[in-house]
Amino acid sequence: MAANKQKEGERVFKEQEKINAELFTLTYGAIVSQLIKDYEDIEEVNTQLEKMGYNIGLRLIDEFLARSNVGRCHEFPETAETIAKVGFKMFLGVVGSVLPNSWNAERTEFSLILEENPLVDFCELPDNYSSLNYCNIICGVIRGALEMVQMRVECRITKSVLRGDDVTEFKITLKERLTDDIPMGDD
Amino acid sequence: MAANTLMFIIVGKNDTPLYEADFIPVQKKDASQLQLCQFVLHSSLDIVDEMVWKNNSMFLKAVDRFGDMIVSAFVTANHVRFLLLHDFRSEDGIKNFFTEVYELYLKVVLNPFYSYNSPITSTVFDNRVRGLAKRFLS
Repeated sequence: MAANKQKEGERVFKEQEKINAELFTLTYGAIVSQLIKDYEDIEEVNTQLEKMGYNIGLRLIDEFLARSNVGRCHEFPETAETIAKVGFKMFLGVVGSVLPNSWNAERTEFSLILEENPLVDFCELPDNYSSLNYCNIICGVIRGALEMVQMRVECRITKSVLRGDDVTEFKITLKERLTDDIPMGDD
Repeated sequence: MAANTLMFIIVGKNDTPLYEADFIPVQKKDASQLQLCQFVLHSSLDIVDEMVWKNNSMFLKAVDRFGDMIVSAFVTANHVRFLLLHDFRSEDGIKNFFTEVYELYLKVVLNPFYSYNSPITSTVFDNRVRGLAKRFLS
């Protein structure tokens, strides 16, 4: 299953229009440093980054489903592989991997590793920003995108290259499956 | 003759010092020696500024002498100056050192949290510069 996803990811990536990676990295860096200047509170910046990501994710999922050939995912592990191999490849150009021993017993929680992360190139965190979750926007994107496909998840960063780890790690937990409530109406 | 590098500084626009590294061996180190090195380097800034317009490349080789110490300079496109105080003559080594430090400096500048023309306080940068100095300058 993973091999198929990987091929699909590469196919979709080839068809995408690309922009210069340095421009992207510098733009994101400018956003984060401006947010810090504006809000001055690192926790607030983390929240805002996540909110921004959430709004992006709500819209991104449509683009994703339209361009890629992945069908409905039958279970959560399949969703995880799709995000890692197709989603990240399509939008960031890097492939993530799902840690197989990170799954919990009910298969509702997993860890996703990014070995390369274009957002953090050239970035070095000063000491007074050590609680900043620089890649929090990605957490928001994952949360927003999955909410549109009827899953409410929580996503947080557990390892960050800016704090000395060698990979970026996200922990994604499925909280509940959403069902569309049928609106009350005259029936 | 002992090949010695004494000091390396990076000076930004408006002559603000951005980074300083001294390589004086511990036995000979004392406050007056440090101050002398700083003084020599800063006084050569005027000469560097003159030579910038006469020279086409970024590497300005030896711009000034003081006793038996030579000051070599490297100026980037936006007038950030790297100055090296030394008492030996290995131009290739110095040129390579400057080029490599230039690459490191570029990475620092690309950091979104570094405000341009502010002091470079990163320990990673410091360690790497010292590593390069060992490699190219001894």
